[in-house]
Amino acid sequence: MRSYTPKALFSLAAVGVLALSACGEAPDDETDDDADAETAEENGDAQAEDNSDYTACLVSDEGGWDDQSFNESAFTGLRNAIDDFGIDSSTAESSSEADFGPNVDAMVQQGCDLTFGVGFLLEDAINDAALDNPDLSFGIIDSTLPDEPENGKPLVFNTSEASYLAGYLAASMTETDTVATFGGLQIPSVTVFMDGFADGVERYNDDNDADVSLLGWDKDAQDGSFSGGFDDQSAGRALTEQFLAQDADIVMPVAGPVGLGAAGAIEDDGEAKLIWVDTDGYESTDYGDIILTSVLKQISQAVYDTVEEGVSGEFTSEPYVGDLENEGVGLAPFHDFEDEVPDEVQDKLEELTEEIISGDTVVESENAPQ
Amino acid sequence: MSPEKNNDDDAAPGGALKEAESRLHYAVRELSQASWVITLLSVLVALVVGALLILATNPQVQGTLGYFFAQPGDFFLTSFEVIRDAYSALFRGAVYDWQAATPERSIRPITETLVNAVPLILAGLGIAIGFRSGMLNIGGQGQIILGATCAAFIGYAFQLPVGAHLLLALVGGALGGAIWGGIAGVLKAKTGANEVIVTIMLNNIALYLIAWLLRQQWFVQTGSNQPIAAPVDESARLFGILGTGFRLHAGIFLAIAATVFVWWLLERSTLGFEFRAIGENPEAARTAGVNVPKATALVLIIGGALCGLGGAAHLLGTEYRLAAGIAGTLGFDAITVALLGRSKPLGTFLAGVLFGGLRAGGVLMQAQTGTPIDIVLVLQSVIVLLIAAPPLVRAIFFLPHPDGSSRSSRRRRLREQQAAETASQPAPRQEVTK
Repeated sequence: MRSYTPKALFSLAAVGVLALSACGEAPDDETDDDADAETAEENGDAQAEDNSDYTACLVSDEGGWDDQSFNESAFTGLRNAIDDFGIDSSTAESSSEADFGPNVDAMVQQGCDLTFGVGFLLEDAINDAALDNPDLSFGIIDSTLPDEPENGKPLVFNTSEASYLAGYLAASMTETDTVATFGGLQIPSVTVFMDGFADGVERYNDDNDADVSLLGWDKDAQDGSFSGGFDDQSAGRALTEQFLAQDADIVMPVAGPVGLGAAGAIEDDGEAKLIWVDTDGYESTDYGDIILTSVLKQISQAVYDTVEEGVSGEFTSEPYVGDLENEGVGLAPFHDFEDEVPDEVQDKLEELTEEIISGDTVVESENAPQ
Repeated sequence: MSPEKNNDDDAAPGGALKEAESRLHYAVRELSQASWVITLLSVLVALVVGALLILATNPQVQGTLGYFFAQPGDFFLTSFEVIRDAYSALFRGAVYDWQAATPERSIRPITETLVNAVPLILAGLGIAIGFRSGMLNIGGQGQIILGATCAAFIGYAFQLPVGAHLLLALVGGALGGAIWGGIAGVLKAKTGANEVIVTIMLNNIALYLIAWLLRQQWFVQTGSNQPIAAPVDESARLFGILGTGFRLHAGIFLAIAATVFVWWLLERSTLGFEFRAIGENPEAARTAGVNVPKATALVLIIGGALCGLGGAAHLLGTEYRLAAGIAGTLGFDAITVALLGRSKPLGTFLAGVLFGGLRAGGVLMQAQTGTPIDIVLVLQSVIVLLIAAPPLVRAIFFLPHPDGSSRSSRRRRLREQQAAETASQPAPRQEVTK
């Protein structure tokens, strides 16, 4: 007996899917216009703008747009700007460092009015393009430009200020007097989080005569635990399991998607809690019920604001430094833990926020943007 | 993938006529096995597969599919336009851009292709030497990293006059790669350690070595704590050969010279003959008086040096600054380049240019049409997959088997053979060799 060949099955399935899916109606021009008008009304908040002669562009580093971290944040910022300002856009993902230069060049050739490079590795490519094209604007995220060109804007974030608050919060919430953090790679945009976290824990110890210890980062020696990259989730899990075995009950991974491995380990543990970074993990991950809070780094807002400046002709090379004062960095809401965080701790965090904004408390980190 | 040419040539009995006949026979057989025809068809199939994927992921096409039966014309028209735009952008990005603003920009794509090809060719040659000698050098990545690291450090840490600085940086790069390849080579020669495992592990060691070095201030010499080294001095850079606006650099001459050198080494030199001999049959080579351990070590040392040179040329010619991702995927792309080039010098050169072109074209394709850059990876992978399986390509295009018989007659003969149950009968030659 001859059974159905895979080929026959496949074509049967394909025809079935086609038949099911292909019976829709063709759009005609009238409904199309209506739909356009509607979406424009929805998105435009009473003022549907059209700036289709302005093009904003984005070049990723090796992470790509789906990295659940800073490339993705920048991409979201651009998308919001497209929706609100009606600008044209173009994006390019880099698959290796050799792509940075050609990708930025391709954007310039496309006539991008404003081109962002995401990540410090693109600083040379953006710097050179800015020098060669004085009439176009450029932005670089998480770095500064070596030659400080007139048309290049650095977008940097002093995340140590926000993670200082997270460190204080973690120290006041721990029941085992042990908290932990680890990073993806030992680069300044990662260790700046860890420096702030360490200082926050220390501040709590000083203020309350407590002895909460921090695992995974020694600020003075600038040495600690790293997963060795931003993609190996099992490394994040292994590190976190070690921390839990050493009695830590709050962990802050600064490693993009690797943090999901940490989240898995913490969920299995049942007692411990997680502090997410970059985005509000309560919304961006599936682990909302174990996330105490998140250290926010508002890359998307910074990109959005810079595009807005560009569209309205107010672009300057003045660096954007995200800090607590301009809410470029901050602590996310506690969500499920709102009731568990004591009022005096919440009050103290607000107090600290004001101290940092006013300059009474300075969070020092050699990794912070200068 | 080992060449059979020499067996055949050696087997030919004396006499000028006989020899000419055997050469002709060889040429005909080579043509019908037709490595270049298979290669061409593989590229064609890859483009078709790529086109299907482009269609499948394109939102416009998906939109028209929703009302396929109401207006099928829309679907076909949109599909055609999407594929035409994507592939013409790929071509314009890789060869000649007729839509560019200036004549310089129009011819720039082909130079970009060559820029990308330089490290691929150099490293591909390094890998190809290993393949020809029966060794799978998977360590291109690590050897490239070491080559780039040594070249970079010499490039910014020393102050030397123009010519000497570049030369020293290049030699340093080759030496770095040679040491990294040599570790695997010597281990294999002395202890029989499997070179595949050793080279893969050395890749990891190289990766962590560069990550560690980039955190050391004595090494990076930048005064900043970003993990990126200082740019190499002007005097150590591979000079541009087309002036400003172009990135094409003297590394292309290096690639050409290396191709000629590898051809001479493998086809004309005694050492190369020993390399190929241990690749064909180490026992026979030993009997014939080849110092197998020495030749084994030398294969990986020379291969490593070429990979290191590739890394050095990449750094001194285009990147100028050393960062942890300097090698990108070069080391693994080089393996596919060597495979595609069938481990022959000229083949590797052309394969390197093809892959360089796909990379260069991918940039424009992504920027102008929004087609994901991953399509380029799919194209490369499908090409190599098919190259490795010529019978598959022949089956797709209903090509006759290299021995000239049609498929049906071959199947019939096979059935007759099985029916006859001739256990002593060896399998047909072509089934074994390819």
